[in-house]
Amino acid sequence: AMEEQRGPRIREGDCAVLKRDDVFKAVPVLRRRKIIFEKQWFYLDNAIGHIYGTTFEVTSGGNLQPKREVEEMTTETKEAGTDNRNIVDDGKSQRLTHDDIKALKDKGIKGQEIVQQLIENSTTFRDKTEFAQDKYIKKKKKKYEAVITIVKPSTRILSTMYYAREPGKINHLRYDTLAQMLTLGNIRAGNKMIVMETCAGLVLGAVMERMGGYGSIIQMYPGGGPVRAATSCFGFPKLFFDNLYEFPLSKVDSLLSGTFSAETLPSEPENNMVAEEESNRLSDKKQTSLQETEEESAAEVATENNQTEEQEAMDVNAEDVEFKENKGKENKENVREKQRKQWERRKKLIETAALLQEKNADGVIVASKFHPTPLLLTLLEFVAPSRPFVVYCQYKEPLLECYAKLRERGGVINLKLSETWLRNYQVLPDRSHPKLTMSGGGGYLLSGITVVLDKGKADSSNLEALKLEEPSLKRCKVQELHC
Amino acid sequence: MSFVQYGDTIKDGDTAIVFLGHESMFPVKVQHGTVTQTKYGVIRHSTDLIGKKFGSKVTCSKGGWVFVLHPTPELWTMNLPHRTQILYSTDISIITMMLELKPGSIVCESGTGSGSLSHALIRTVAPTGHLYTVEFHQQRAEKAREEFQEHGVEHLVTVTNQDVCKNGFGVSDIADAVFLDIPSPWEAIGHAKSALKAEGGRICSFSPCIEQVQRTCLALEEYGFTEVNTLEILPRVYNVRTISLQIPDLGKAAETDFDCSNPSNQSSPCTNLQQGTVQFKSGVPVREMVGHTGYLTFATKS
Repeated sequence: AMEEQRGPRIREGDCAVLKRDDVFKAVPVLRRRKIIFEKQWFYLDNAIGHIYGTTFEVTSGGNLQPKREVEEMTTETKEAGTDNRNIVDDGKSQRLTHDDIKALKDKGIKGQEIVQQLIENSTTFRDKTEFAQDKYIKKKKKKYEAVITIVKPSTRILSTMYYAREPGKINHLRYDTLAQMLTLGNIRAGNKMIVMETCAGLVLGAVMERMGGYGSIIQMYPGGGPVRAATSCFGFPKLFFDNLYEFPLSKVDSLLSGTFSAETLPSEPENNMVAEEESNRLSDKKQTSLQETEEESAAEVATENNQTEEQEAMDVNAEDVEFKENKGKENKENVREKQRKQWERRKKLIETAALLQEKNADGVIVASKFHPTPLLLTLLEFVAPSRPFVVYCQYKEPLLECYAKLRERGGVINLKLSETWLRNYQVLPDRSHPKLTMSGGGGYLLSGITVVLDKGKADSSNLEALKLEEPSLKRCKVQELHC
Repeated sequence: MSFVQYGDTIKDGDTAIVFLGHESMFPVKVQHGTVTQTKYGVIRHSTDLIGKKFGSKVTCSKGGWVFVLHPTPELWTMNLPHRTQILYSTDISIITMMLELKPGSIVCESGTGSGSLSHALIRTVAPTGHLYTVEFHQQRAEKAREEFQEHGVEHLVTVTNQDVCKNGFGVSDIADAVFLDIPSPWEAIGHAKSALKAEGGRICSFSPCIEQVQRTCLALEEYGFTEVNTLEILPRVYNVRTISLQIPDLGKAAETDFDCSNPSNQSSPCTNLQQGTVQFKSGVPVREMVGHTGYLTFATKS
């Protein structure tokens, strides 16, 4: 009964995150599927049913076993040196050979015992300082004690994971920068948000998490459809998707000029996206299909840049084929289903267009690979006055231009160009200091607040605004005319 | 309006932010018959504010004008009456994300201080979450209660006037996250642990000095917290300027080999031969920046 109160359990079909020290990897929880993580392979079968946050040991044969809290080994006679004046690197301080260690491992001896043996067979260990002994044990533990923790996905975990593993997929948006965006954009339940991102759906997922299923989100997308690989890793309940809309960027201009028609949709999304949509649609009938979608996308994340790529990609393909074969069996229904799908897509597009045309959105978030200026100048048209907007760019220069163009346009105040630096610390008794390395670049943000734009005298009010906010800017503008 | 829901028009009793210009703004409580003085003249609430749209330009009695903005926790942080040192939005952002806060989260906080973080926490956990905030200073606790009421968020927060180190948060086994901004956080770690749900949760402690962090980390370890991680976040703000640099006279003939790209591209640097200058846009760091607010130590109860 006590156990029942203790948090959510790992279920088959979940998207979970594996954690070892500071390394994360998102994986679908499936039976009999080999996972490779941090040079170890194992199966998640035994993890199913345990509580999220459980730490497991990898046993021989790739099984997971919950790690029992073991008393830290305290060397009874704590001997240590005071300095390293007599420690000589002769390469012979470890009496165990590579073969000996391998033999221990092959025998299935636990990591902890191997570490103990290494210590006992190190001739210099006792002469090392207490701090050096600590460091030695930590290093060996990391190498020989195969423990992994399975955690529930969150913006914190997924944004950290993406920045470490796939920075290119998220335009090098560092997690602290994403955190700023969510705060500067006043993202919260009940908002009507416009999101334009090419960050694999991570920014969208972060916004969805903060809105908790309340309010609505309109995702603007380039090309054939939005990418939501990272969004699926969050494992959101289905109702979070009920008020998630999408609108093609290529239709924005016609929407603003009043020539919009839902008849010509942008080119059909690629195959896997159709599959995703289809399985989304089917989820009314089949509870598990949303999970399948998540699994596929999660697998995508997990496989990128990884040794397991081939194997898992094959698995996904196999599932795809199976999926399609099943569909092929009912061909007629297939055609009807396709038409129904097309019709529904169009209906949702018209709904989305109507939402945008109200021009009362509660904010805009932009984080994409595209030049931010045209995006922002256009998307701001859909935003109510006195609402925040935030644009991310990996580079500073496009935001300088964007800043200038926004000033020309007017209708915005409190413009701020900023970045954040993030510094991590090692905190240990008598050994506290900043970590050796820190991230050099996490991108830049341009943020501001919309105000009522009086169109009649846009020019004069603009000059006034310049005078009001930054006297030197007026001069700069005049100088620019000489260029 | 409320701090957890946008409204379109300004109503009697609202809190609004009067924006005068760059970094210059203040909050007003909108009341029929009241006037507010600004350097551009008087704003009459009944005629100039009530019924107007948030984000409107309001002309003051001397002909100057201001913008009137909808309040947000971020604008409030920049304008609130200080009763203590406060946390600013840069720290607040990372605290919110690292504590994994979202609608429905239950959070414990101490001390309440001036309520800068409290407003941001309430915004994030609404409409189904709750903030339990503990402040040992009686007047500050009462002032915070008043403000929450004025801002239409009193249903989302409970203010308790007691010493968190001695008496804890007044709740147990309920919180998803705990935040500490007190002089001796290590004395409250035990209480934090019992406030958190049995299934676990996140904790954050903010301290300006590294010695405080040391003791906190030891206490966290002692109480079995994992994933202990200390970090610091620094905001860097840039002014956008068009800079022009003079071309040195090296005695060369008029035509310069200092060719500066395509003149049709406005954003690229350009040469002005008559003036002998090159112009370009730059993001110039502000002269003085925040170098340190505090260390943020995060940990997990699992």
